[in-house]
Amino acid sequence: MAEGKVSFELVSPERLLLSEEVDMVEVPGEEGDFGVLARHAPLISTLRPGVIKVHDGGSVTQRIFVAGGFAEVTPTRCTVLAEEALPIGEIDRAAAEQRLSDARDDLLDAQDAIRQAAAERQVKIAEELLKAAG
Amino acid sequence: MPNLKDLKVRIDSVKSTRKITSAMKMVAAAKLRRAQEQAEASRPYAQRMERMLGSLAAAAAGQAGAPQLLAGSGAEQTHLVVVATADRGLCGGFNSSIVREARRLVRSLVSDGKTVKILCVGRKGRDQLRRDFGSMIVDTIEDVAKPKLSFDKAAAIGTRIVTMFAAGEFDVCTMIYAEFRSAISQIVTPQQLIPFAPPKAQKKQGDGEEAPEDGLNGAVYEYEPGEEEILTELLPTNISVQVFKALLENAASEHGARMTAMDNATRNAGDMINRLTLVYNRTRQAAITGELIEIISAKEAM
Repeated sequence: MAEGKVSFELVSPERLLLSEEVDMVEVPGEEGDFGVLARHAPLISTLRPGVIKVHDGGSVTQRIFVAGGFAEVTPTRCTVLAEEALPIGEIDRAAAEQRLSDARDDLLDAQDAIRQAAAERQVKIAEELLKAAG
Repeated sequence: MPNLKDLKVRIDSVKSTRKITSAMKMVAAAKLRRAQEQAEASRPYAQRMERMLGSLAAAAAGQAGAPQLLAGSGAEQTHLVVVATADRGLCGGFNSSIVREARRLVRSLVSDGKTVKILCVGRKGRDQLRRDFGSMIVDTIEDVAKPKLSFDKAAAIGTRIVTMFAAGEFDVCTMIYAEFRSAISQIVTPQQLIPFAPPKAQKKQGDGEEAPEDGLNGAVYEYEPGEEEILTELLPTNISVQVFKALLENAASEHGARMTAMDNATRNAGDMINRLTLVYNRTRQAAITGELIEIISAKEAM
C-alpha cells in the first residue's frame, strides 16, 4: 500500500461499489462530517444522509450520496457500509422530488410513533438527496 | 401384448416431458449463475458488517445496558422459527429437506414446553407445514424473489422480525434456510438471529480480548455517537443483512437443486424413451411376423 494513502471501500448490501486507494475521504458522520486521512484513529460511526467526498491528488474525484449506514475507520482503511449509495451525477432530480413529496405524504399519514419516525427519516433522506443534486 | 398406438402415444408424451424438463434445467442453470453472482456480490457487506459487529459486541457484551437484540430478552419461552423455502416446487428434495429440519426443530421445542411461532418465507414451506402446525404459522411472505431479490425486501422481513421482537412477541428467533455449496449439495442450516450469536470463529477467542488486526495495534475503536446508539442501529440492520444473505443462499440452492433434479428427470425420460422404443419395435416386428405367418399359411392351404 502506498504511504499516506487510505484504502477506501464503499459497500452496499447488494455489492461492493468502490474500492480504491485515495488521499482523503470526507464522510457525513451522525455528529458532523469528518475527514479520514491515513493513520486516523480507529473509529466506528453511524452516518446521516449526505455526500461522501473522495479526495485524491489535490481535488475531489468522486461525490457519492449515501442515505445512511456505518463507517469503520482504522489507521489504514476506511470502510463505509451504505444502505443506499448513488453517485451525484446519477441523481434524477424529478425522481428525488417525487420521493420527497411521497415521504411527506407518508409522514402526514403516519399512524403510530414507529411509522412516524420511519417517515421522518425518509423525508430527511429525500431532502438531502435533493440538496446533493444541487 | 401392448397396443402399438398406445405405445406411440406414450413415447410422444415422454418426449414432450423430456423437452420440458431439459428446458427447465437450462433455465435453472442460467438462474443459478445469476443467483450465485448476486450472492457473491453481497458477501463483502456481510463480512464487514460482521467484523464491525464482532468488535462492538465484544465491547458491549455483559454490560448491563446492552440492547436486547444482543443480550436477549432474558426469557427463552417463545421461539420464532423463520422457515425460508422456495415459492415453487419441482426442485428435488430442496423444500422437503428444509421443512423436515423445521419440523424437527419445532417438535423438539414443543416437547421442551416452549411456545413456537412460525413465519414462512415462501409458499412451499407454508403448504407443507400448514397440516401439522397450522395454528403456529403467524404469516407467510411470498414472492420474495419476484421480480428480483432485493435488499429492500429482505429489510422488510428483517424490520418485521425486529418489530415483533420489540413488541415482546417472541424471545428467540431462528431462521432455517439451505446454504449453497454446489449444484448437487445444499446444506440445511438453522441460524439464530436473536439474540445475536457471534460467528463461531470469533467465539473461540472469547472475552473480547481479540487479536488486533491490520494496523490496529491493540487500539480500541472510538464510537460516534456512542457504543449503544451504534449497536441499536447496527443490530437491526444486521438482521436484515442476515435475512438477505439467507435468501440469496436459498435462491442459489433452489436453482441448484432444480437444475440437478431436472437433469435427472431429463436423463430418466431419455431412458424411458429408449425402453419404450424397444418395446414398440418388438411389438411391431411381432405384428409383421404374425401377418407373414398368416399369409404363408393361407397360401399353403390353397
